[in-house]
Amino acid sequence: MRFNVLEHQLVPEHRLVAEEDADRVLKALKITRDQLPKIRKSDPVIQVLEKIEGPIEEGRIIRVTRVSGTAGVSEAYRLVIGR
Amino acid sequence: MARATTIQALRNRGLSKKTAVILADAGFTLEKLAASKVDRLAKFIPKKEAEKVLKKLGAAPAEAKPAPKKEKAKPAAKGRRPASKAAEAEPEAPLTIPTKAPPLTGGEQEIMDGLKEIGRWLPRYVVGELAKKIHGLKLSKKRLHEVLTKIGEKFDLHAIDANESAGIVSAQSIGEPGTQMTMRTFHYAGVAEMNVTLGLPRLIEIVDARRVPSTPIMELYVKSGHSDLEKMRKIATEIEMTSLEDIASIETDLVNMRVLAYPDDHRMRSRGVTWPELEEKMKKYGEVQEVKRQVGNVEKRARALVVEAGEPSFKKLQRLVEQVRTMKIKGIDGISRAIIKKRGEGYVIYTEGSNLSKILELPYVDASRTSTNSIQEIYEVLGIEAARNAIVNEAYNTLQEQGLTVDIRHIMLVSDMMTNDGDVKAIGRHGISGRKSSVLARAAFEITAHHLLRAAITGEVDYLDGVAENVIVGQPVTLGTGAVNLIYQPPAGLPKPSAVPKPKPVPVPVPAPTPPLPAAAPAEAAEPEEPIEEVAP
Repeated sequence: MRFNVLEHQLVPEHRLVAEEDADRVLKALKITRDQLPKIRKSDPVIQVLEKIEGPIEEGRIIRVTRVSGTAGVSEAYRLVIGR
Repeated sequence: MARATTIQALRNRGLSKKTAVILADAGFTLEKLAASKVDRLAKFIPKKEAEKVLKKLGAAPAEAKPAPKKEKAKPAAKGRRPASKAAEAEPEAPLTIPTKAPPLTGGEQEIMDGLKEIGRWLPRYVVGELAKKIHGLKLSKKRLHEVLTKIGEKFDLHAIDANESAGIVSAQSIGEPGTQMTMRTFHYAGVAEMNVTLGLPRLIEIVDARRVPSTPIMELYVKSGHSDLEKMRKIATEIEMTSLEDIASIETDLVNMRVLAYPDDHRMRSRGVTWPELEEKMKKYGEVQEVKRQVGNVEKRARALVVEAGEPSFKKLQRLVEQVRTMKIKGIDGISRAIIKKRGEGYVIYTEGSNLSKILELPYVDASRTSTNSIQEIYEVLGIEAARNAIVNEAYNTLQEQGLTVDIRHIMLVSDMMTNDGDVKAIGRHGISGRKSSVLARAAFEITAHHLLRAAITGEVDYLDGVAENVIVGQPVTLGTGAVNLIYQPPAGLPKPSAVPKPKPVPVPVPAPTPPLPAAAPAEAAEPEEPIEEVAP
């Protein structure tokens, strides 16, 4: 699609977490990698991110910066999985 | 570029004022500078200085080959770098990740810094509120830290406790208003122009993650000219799906084995279809001819679209009629109706039927705001996070419309659960409840025998981690106080338990002696150890 889905109102900001930072993120959340919520490799947002950042393998972590009425701005993380 | 601007620009790039002035006086602009060689610059400033200047200006990867426009080259190179494969060299602007979160204001930044110094964390919303409150007050650093510490303490006090059963609280908070909804829905169903599923049926639809909602609706914004009614009308007719049936009366000519379609001029105009357009679309099937048409007792000449059946078979002819009738002339698949509605200053188009991916590709549509009420479609086109947002919005608005206020956090929790696995899962047998890891929990929910049988065949193990399984086996559930265990770790200095001499058995006094039953008394007396002291009344 020609339209960059990241620009849509409903889509929050997604950023690839550098592999060096991954452990720090997991440590702060006190969880293991597989306990994170998931995002598919086939997800439209990941497709766009791949065009920007290059190929994204499974097991990478995506930082999602959500804007909400309750928390203001909050950060969530998702683990890239296959399919 | 004016001289002053050039100087400013050069200084921004870290050049000294003297050098910048000299270069600007020599007639250099930023572009020219970047494109020039060291030798040329050396005429005006020392060679060493010139090299430094070029290095500073050429910090971008274009250092090797002087790029003509430095400012533009930089962001482009940044975005394009990883996608340098020739296949992706599209002429359009490079993809970027837009930042959606509002930047921190000065006051907020101050608070954020303060929080970092005292090692606490507060959500952005609280930070924003606080920044508004203390704006204009001159707080010393110490005072600010004090305030932040107090707020932090209060915040921690209000945070949900560990092992609190948030899911059950959510279920009840949504479920209770849901019972009221059932009764009201009948009175409030339907909206003026367009039929919309509301109330409980809609809520069930959202939570069930149906592929297609019963009334798919799109909200379409245009990039420009949203207050121009004429233009909006045109767009509306353009996206509305028009089949041949909508603009023509279709007749079967049994004698000549052909199908005739007589387009109606009036209907064509209202749908915005022209003759050449029609002819172009139908080229594959038939052609426009002048034919005699029997209207009542009069025979008229009329322009018609003639589609020959070819073979003399009634079955074929019948199928052909069906094909001709539903032939798409124009518009977008799935959009059966488009309505213009006034919204604030301008107009918004609402459509019956939904096709997000096609609509977003239209050049005049404001793709960043246009949306649909089909969550599955949002998931497919915009991804899992957008679907999460859509579930929250749709469910919240559905409840709100019915005059029910449910805290949005409960709905967020539901939405988080539904989108946890990377796709939209229903709440129910086929979704979340059906995928619990515990056999007993699944069996307790639905189709008990099936789950138990399966578990027996595959040798599943239940670790009794959840609520339902613990209720079944009669243990405290792993929630709240039931989730904590006490472990006693003796201090390091104590001797090992094996080294401690066993305490002498102390006769245990019976707190409340049961009145002796005549039959039981001899049996009790027969027991050798620990004679029970019986107190005679």
